[in-house]
Order: sequence, then C-alpha cells, then structure tokens
Amino acid sequence: MGLAAREARLGWGLAAPALAWTGAFFVLPFAVMLALSFARMEGRAVVPALDPGNYLRIATEPAMAGALANSIEIALTVTLISVLLAYPLAAIVAFLVPRRWQRLALVLAVLPFWTSYVVRSYAWLLVLGQKGIVNGTLEGLHLISAPLEIAATRSATVIGFVHFFTMLLTLTIYASLVQMPPNYARAAADLGAGRWAIFRHVILPLSLPGVVTGAFLTFVLCIGDYITPQILGGNAELTLPQLIMLQLGRSGNFPLASALAVALMGVVALAYAAAFRWLRIDRT
Amino acid sequence: MIPRTRIEVLPLAAVAVLSLGPSAGAAELNALVWCDHTDPALLEPFETAHGVTVNVKEYEGTAAGLTLLQQSQPGDWDVLVIDAVDVGRAVDAGFLAEMPAEALPTADFFPGLAMEENNTRDGRTYAVTEKFGYNTIAFDRTKVDPADMEDMASLTSGKYDGRIGIYDYYLPVIGLVALGQGIATADITAENLGSLRAPLAALRKAARQVSDVVASQTALATGEVDIIVGGGEWLTAVLMQDNPNLDWTIPRQGGLRWAQSIGVVAGSRNPDLALEFVKYIVSPEGQARLATSSCYWGMPANARAGDLLTDEQKAVLRWDRQPEYLARAQLYPIPDAALDSAMQDMWTEMLNQ
Repeated sequence: MGLAAREARLGWGLAAPALAWTGAFFVLPFAVMLALSFARMEGRAVVPALDPGNYLRIATEPAMAGALANSIEIALTVTLISVLLAYPLAAIVAFLVPRRWQRLALVLAVLPFWTSYVVRSYAWLLVLGQKGIVNGTLEGLHLISAPLEIAATRSATVIGFVHFFTMLLTLTIYASLVQMPPNYARAAADLGAGRWAIFRHVILPLSLPGVVTGAFLTFVLCIGDYITPQILGGNAELTLPQLIMLQLGRSGNFPLASALAVALMGVVALAYAAAFRWLRIDRT
Repeated sequence: MIPRTRIEVLPLAAVAVLSLGPSAGAAELNALVWCDHTDPALLEPFETAHGVTVNVKEYEGTAAGLTLLQQSQPGDWDVLVIDAVDVGRAVDAGFLAEMPAEALPTADFFPGLAMEENNTRDGRTYAVTEKFGYNTIAFDRTKVDPADMEDMASLTSGKYDGRIGIYDYYLPVIGLVALGQGIATADITAENLGSLRAPLAALRKAARQVSDVVASQTALATGEVDIIVGGGEWLTAVLMQDNPNLDWTIPRQGGLRWAQSIGVVAGSRNPDLALEFVKYIVSPEGQARLATSSCYWGMPANARAGDLLTDEQKAVLRWDRQPEYLARAQLYPIPDAALDSAMQDMWTEMLNQ
C-alpha cells in the first residue's frame, strides 16, 4: 500500500467517528423527515406516499405562506438590529476597555445566557406590559399619556430576540476584533487614513467573518425559535415554528409538520449560501 | 484474593439481582401525565403508602402523548392521563388496558362525570374521569362590567376591543364560538364549520393576544388584558390569592366542560400498582389533592373529595354551583380526523389574520 493510500485510510479512520455521528444524528433523521414530508394523512394515520401535497399547501395557502414570510421578516429584522447594536459594543470592549477588564465585560455581556430562556421571555413580558417598567417610566416622565401597546406585538418579539442575540453577536464580533493585529490600523494611519477610512477599509473587512458568523447564527436560531413569538408576540402573528407545533400538538399531522420543517431548513440553507463566502473556515 | 468459587458466583449473583427486575421495577411507576400530576403533594402520600417512586413525565397535546407511547417499548409506561374526549383515540391505538369497573368509585362522582361514553368501549372500562372544569369567560370584575360577561355577544360589541385574550387551544374556543352562534358542540360538522369563521375572526379582531396557559394567566394578572376567552377556574384559581377580583362565569349561551381521564397503560410491567395509583387518584384524598394541585385547579370528579376540601377551596372551585354549571356546560367537540383538521386550519387562518 502506498503512502497516499495509507494516509487516505488514516484520514477516513480519523473522520469516521464524526461521520458516524453526523450520519446517525443528522443525515438519518433528516432523511426520515424528508420522507415523512411526502407522506399523507388518512384519518389519523400516517400513510407512506410520494405526495407533494404538503408542499403545495405551504406554497398556496395564505396562512402558511404568511407564516413563512413572518418568520423571515422577523429573523432578518432581529439580525440587522442585533448587528448594529453588537458591533459598537464589541468594539468598545475590544478597543476601549482596558485589557484586564475585558474578561469581566464579556462575562457581563453573556450574563443573560445564564437565565432560563423561557423565564427571560416571561420577564420581558412584565417589562413591556401596559403596567410594565417601560410604560411606567415613559408615563412617569410624561412622555406618553396612555400606555404603549408593546407586549403581544411583533415589536415585543423583536425586542426579546435582540436582547438575546446582541450578546451572542458581541462575542463573535469581539473575537474577530481582538485577533486583529493593531499594526494594520497603525499602518493605515501612517499612510494618511482617517478614523473612518481605517474603519471602513481595514477594520470592517477584517471583522466581517465574525460579523457574518454571528449574523448567520442569529438568523438560524431566530427563525427556528418557538418560545419568543409565542410568549412575547402573543400569537399576534403566526411564525413557521408555531405552525409546526400546531400540527404536532393535538392532531399529530407529522407529514405536514415535516414539510414545514423542511421548508424552514430550506430557508436556513439559503441563508448559509448567502453567508458562505464569509463562513469559510480557511478564512479564519 | 477472592476464592475462585466466589468469582464464579459473582456473575450469577449479578444476574440474580438483575432478574429481580419485576420486583425492582415494582418500586417505580412511570406515568405520562399533565402538569397537575407533578405536584409532590399529590404524589407523596401514594409513594409513602406503597414504598414506590412515581416518575412523571409531562406532555402537551394528545398526539404528542400518543406518539410518546408509540415510540416507547411495551412496559415503559404504567399510567396515562389524557383528555377525556380523546380516550377513544388511545383505546383505538391499543394503549390502554381494561380496568375493573367495580374497583372505581364512579358511584360517588358528580352526575354525568363517569362519562361512560368516553371512558368505556363495548362495556369495558379503559379510563376513569379524574378532574373537570370549564372553558368559559374569565375576567377581572373591577375592569369589566360582570353583567356583560353573561353574554358572549358583548365580547365583539366593540366595548372590549383590545382588552381580550384568547386561550390558545382551538377545540374549546371554536366550541365557545359555536355556542355563541347557537350551535351545540356535538353538532359542529364540516358543513356548518364555515359559519363559525366570521365570528371567530371577529373575536380575534377584538382580541389583543392568543396565548398559552401561563401567558394568559400573566396577561390577566398584570392587567394586560381584562378578559380571557376560554378561561375558567383552572386559569384564575391560582391567581385569586393575589388578585381576588379575578372571576369567571358561564355566559347565557353556555360554556364548555373540560375533563381529563386516567387509565392503566396496556403492557404495564406493574399493572396492579398502576391500578392502585388510579384508585388513589380517584379516591377522596387523591381527588382533593389533584383538585388543588399547584399547576392548576379543577373540580374533582369524585364528589366525596368535598369532605377534604376547605370552604375557601370549595368557594374558589364554585362547589355549590356545580349542578347549575354542569347543566349549562357542554363537552368539548369530539371531531373526527377530517373535521379536526378543518378546525385546525380555521384556527391557523385566525391566528394569521
């Protein structure tokens, strides 16, 4: 056996556990879900078939297409706002906070992760309610005469998501910024670049992998979340994960739920394709 | 050094210990339940009396529970708590074992709560009703006119726009909407379901939110909404200590009665112990504890539980008004698969309007 063949065998051998894991816990379940999405319900029984009916329903029924659109809109909005908030926060921690305090700053940034996600959502419900802290403060300052309707709206969903994902993005962006050699910025400054030019032509391009990685994670986690739209959004509008849960809870329509889940994965795959350029491992 | 004979004996001893499975298994009971059965105050007396541990797993939605059973090995589960109107689905799927009817105190139950049409099949008993209550109109009586709550039409009159929450479960809410239109829950069909679309949409338009149990309770407790359609004692009882102004009523058009049943799972490794657990739950003591479970309150099916409940607890449960309420409330709709699907589609449409 040649050296190349031995190396190839060794490579496959080393990769085998990861491949087996991925096959057992991703490929196989996904294949089952995909097959199930083409099955149909007869009464309360799932009948194996090659029926595209579930996908046709998703494409043609306004409620289902609407849920998909709502999910995408909310995920994009949350991702955009989170990036806009997280970038300055990460930059402050990376460039302005003294090195010895940066770890503490990061711990403070991730503190919200230590609370139960569900509990945090209900806590936000109390904050955003008509008698919550936000309305109470605004009324106390005589900025509004009647309480704002924030809870049980899309705004509440977005606020809950942004609170969570800004922290996640701060971490990924901070990791990008802190790895950047300071000499790059100094060299640009020596060449006459102003602060804005340094940021635009040096810092931003070099930090983009961290931004896009965080943004992709935010989009994926956000579009698949069921809890926040349910609790904070008050079902003011239907999202795809809620629709999936509705199919599973009482009626057990697993084929339609599977088709909806595949549609959700399709959206995530598109997001991945869009972010692929920046998610390449060899760039980091 | 361990003598060889002892070494040879060790595996045999291990096998012998493992072969004690049935008796070792008898020390545990696995129950697939709703959250009210997870209250230690309910489980501890049974565990102490029988020297066993009751392992409980919560589920939501009949399909989810049945799927768990389907994906489990026979013998994994011993007891099942299920929506009374869905006992037939569990029986059809072969998940429930027959129970001796004479072992169950149904003679002590409130009238109509034995629910033989749901709990029995061909004269055989597969489940027994354990708890019931109402899906009607819950409200804060300091925020709304209680007289208005006696008429479902007032909900969509415009007076309470934006102050209503809807309980996020399509069966009781569509049932209530049907009652509002003069259609009995048992008379909802695929043909007349369409007539409920507009009133359901009108209710949604007047509502601020459609929410699950906890979010509904939070909304009512914090004043986010003043009315919960589909609410009842199960929603307000645990909140009344902090806010005695919370109330509920069955409007003149009627309300819905929810009921949950309990049975022994077919293939249970501990059928006798499982039956003992069911008997405990429907005994006066078990019923009193279940009625006032920390997760949610509800009326006990066994009227003799009243001897063990305090006057305050009975007042919260409206013990004395049960004859009137039972006469005015109807059971949940029991749709077949096609009607169930149509109702769910209508609900999805309503959520997305």
